[in-house]
Amino acid sequence: MYQYTAFDQQFIRLRSQQFRDQLERWQAGKLAEDEFRPLRLQNGWYVQRYAPMLRVAVPYGELSSTQLRVLARVAREYDQPDATLLAEAQATQEKLGDIPLHDGRRIGTKLKYGYGHFTTRTNVQFNWIPLTKAADVMDLLASANLHGIQTSGNCIRNINSDALAGIAEDEIADPRPFCEILRQWSTLHPEFAFLPRKFKISINGAREDRAALGWYDVGLQLVKDDAGALGFKVRVGGGMGRTPTISPVLREFLPWNQLMNYLEAVIRVYNRYGRRDNSWKARIKILVKAEGQAYIDQVDEEFRQIVEVEGGPHTITQAELDRVTACFQEPAIDLSPSDAEAETLALLRTAGGEDSEFGRWVHRNVLPHRQPQLRAVVLSFKRLGYAPGDATAEQMEAAADLADRFSAGELRVTHEQNLVLPWVRRDQLPELWKAARALGLAKPNIGLLTDMIACPGGDFCALANARSLPIAEAITERYQDLDELFDLGEIDLHISGCINSCGHHHSGHIGILGVDKDGKEWYQITLGGADGSHLSGPASPGKIIGPSFSAAEVPGVIEALLTTYRNLRQELPDHSQGPKYETFIDTVRRVGIDPFKAAANAVRLPSDAVSA
Amino acid sequence: MKIIAASAHQKGNESQNILELPNDANPLALDLAGVVRIDLHFPKFSDGRAFSQARLLRGRLKFTGEIRATGDVLIDQLVQMARCGFDVAVLREGVDLADAQRQFDRFSAFYQGDATHPLPHFREAA
Repeated sequence: MYQYTAFDQQFIRLRSQQFRDQLERWQAGKLAEDEFRPLRLQNGWYVQRYAPMLRVAVPYGELSSTQLRVLARVAREYDQPDATLLAEAQATQEKLGDIPLHDGRRIGTKLKYGYGHFTTRTNVQFNWIPLTKAADVMDLLASANLHGIQTSGNCIRNINSDALAGIAEDEIADPRPFCEILRQWSTLHPEFAFLPRKFKISINGAREDRAALGWYDVGLQLVKDDAGALGFKVRVGGGMGRTPTISPVLREFLPWNQLMNYLEAVIRVYNRYGRRDNSWKARIKILVKAEGQAYIDQVDEEFRQIVEVEGGPHTITQAELDRVTACFQEPAIDLSPSDAEAETLALLRTAGGEDSEFGRWVHRNVLPHRQPQLRAVVLSFKRLGYAPGDATAEQMEAAADLADRFSAGELRVTHEQNLVLPWVRRDQLPELWKAARALGLAKPNIGLLTDMIACPGGDFCALANARSLPIAEAITERYQDLDELFDLGEIDLHISGCINSCGHHHSGHIGILGVDKDGKEWYQITLGGADGSHLSGPASPGKIIGPSFSAAEVPGVIEALLTTYRNLRQELPDHSQGPKYETFIDTVRRVGIDPFKAAANAVRLPSDAVSA
Repeated sequence: MKIIAASAHQKGNESQNILELPNDANPLALDLAGVVRIDLHFPKFSDGRAFSQARLLRGRLKFTGEIRATGDVLIDQLVQMARCGFDVAVLREGVDLADAQRQFDRFSAFYQGDATHPLPHFREAA
């Protein structure tokens, strides 16, 4: 992991002091509410439906066990609503009603506290910390080099990357040094703190796009040119929201050392021309779409002048790249064969199929590593009784212990709201599996239907039109049978409580979007969205399958869609390990959405049952 | 950075070689010969276009006269303004100047190059 220098550490502590200064002036009435708002947002503090929300940055998803323990402390000591507030909030949420399941049970809101929530942009959120304690929390976080810098606001946000960065088998180059260099460059950038709208950057170093590059304001793919030189393929102007847009490529090859000079041009032109009259049209995607080549020409000219007139002050030096890269050296792991190895290999061979619990876990939750003796292991935070991506203080501490025992003290937060242990010795897999299973974190569902993405939705978020979590829970309840889950295969199910798309519904093979109709919760369903991974195919937004469904209808609709898939899917020619079928997304692409639409419409409820 | 109260700020005009630049204007199109002061405008503090204008005036055009921040100026933006090249800011009446000064005393250095330190931290440290 990146090793914070004295300068880096001091910087975070000073930022925390600055926030305390702002908070105190706001409390003293010296800073008006609307003046304090963007300042607290740029430190990760929102005001939500019932309480503030804190979003802590996990830059490019990398987390140490020490940091995770501090996050656990925040959950335990500060994510604690007072009893009256919690009771009022719970009562208000219950008025929104329950979702009936087939077996007669009903799923409603169960507000929880004392936990952290992993987000699609690899941050960690807390929902119940009073603003009066905000500065104390920031000080505690700063003690472990954690902060909320630019996790919200109209500025350059936390940088994202591939959860397997630096360990993937298919890597062209390690993106983490560039992520860190960009983290530093974007932190308190004086010119770009009040942009027209938020600005998100993602970097991928592997052949497979695991960083949803097409969906970002800027997506950077590490590439090598014919001569073997390293650079970036630069995409600009993607985004979700009301206008889902896949970014065009602005540069096929930008030399790596020009990264900041070029981004400065990209963002400066956006800062000047991006719309400020309508926040729904203020993202860079709208500017790039509206101006097209004219925007690109301006960026090129600005970049030329930055380099030629100003001498490219932010050209990355080889020395700086080397310094930062050195921080990402392999951890010292004893790779000498242990006695357990032969035994483990035998176990892995027998478990190679999917016919044992351990085998299923190895199949779904264990990922290849560029170092053949190592594996990356996903701890599943998608299990019954918890919202997707939620971890209690105890679970975070336990995961930190696992990281210390099995993964050189390092973890990654994933885009799919799980944790990865990136440095696990192959021969320790059985031991890790037993430990993770005892903690309830070994559900072998990674990549399957129940490994769904969901935002906090209308249970917490002030922007949401509808709740996400009861929908997620209803679907999770329905699909507990592992045989059925494995039979359905890999499916990206993404749920957002509103069009802001924090649950990335646009890129789900199945997307569920909360909409508001006459004060009631309805859900629009899309099919065929893709994040850009190998499984999903080129990034694209899903297609809406018709008028929205009531909350009560959603579980039945999902079941109808999956049944339709099972009826229509084709068997693949490879029979070596039993029958195999094309994936859900491939079937949707092959047959189109009409049969799915018909199946979904067939399970609509009579209108009097909808509001029940 | 010099901080002046709104009452002490006087609008200039071209005969005084003072330019007033709306925040959607392109500073690169200006003729700066003889200009001694440029007033840039923040219609709302959250509209950050003038930061880029100041940055271009200093970094690209090497303008050495005064760049003044006018309009809705927050004390929490003063350091940022100074780093983009503003050297005077007009604050509204009633702002505690001690609160403003304290913002300048906090960070001793930043990561990026800026109008006062053209090179980024990593190149200065090297």
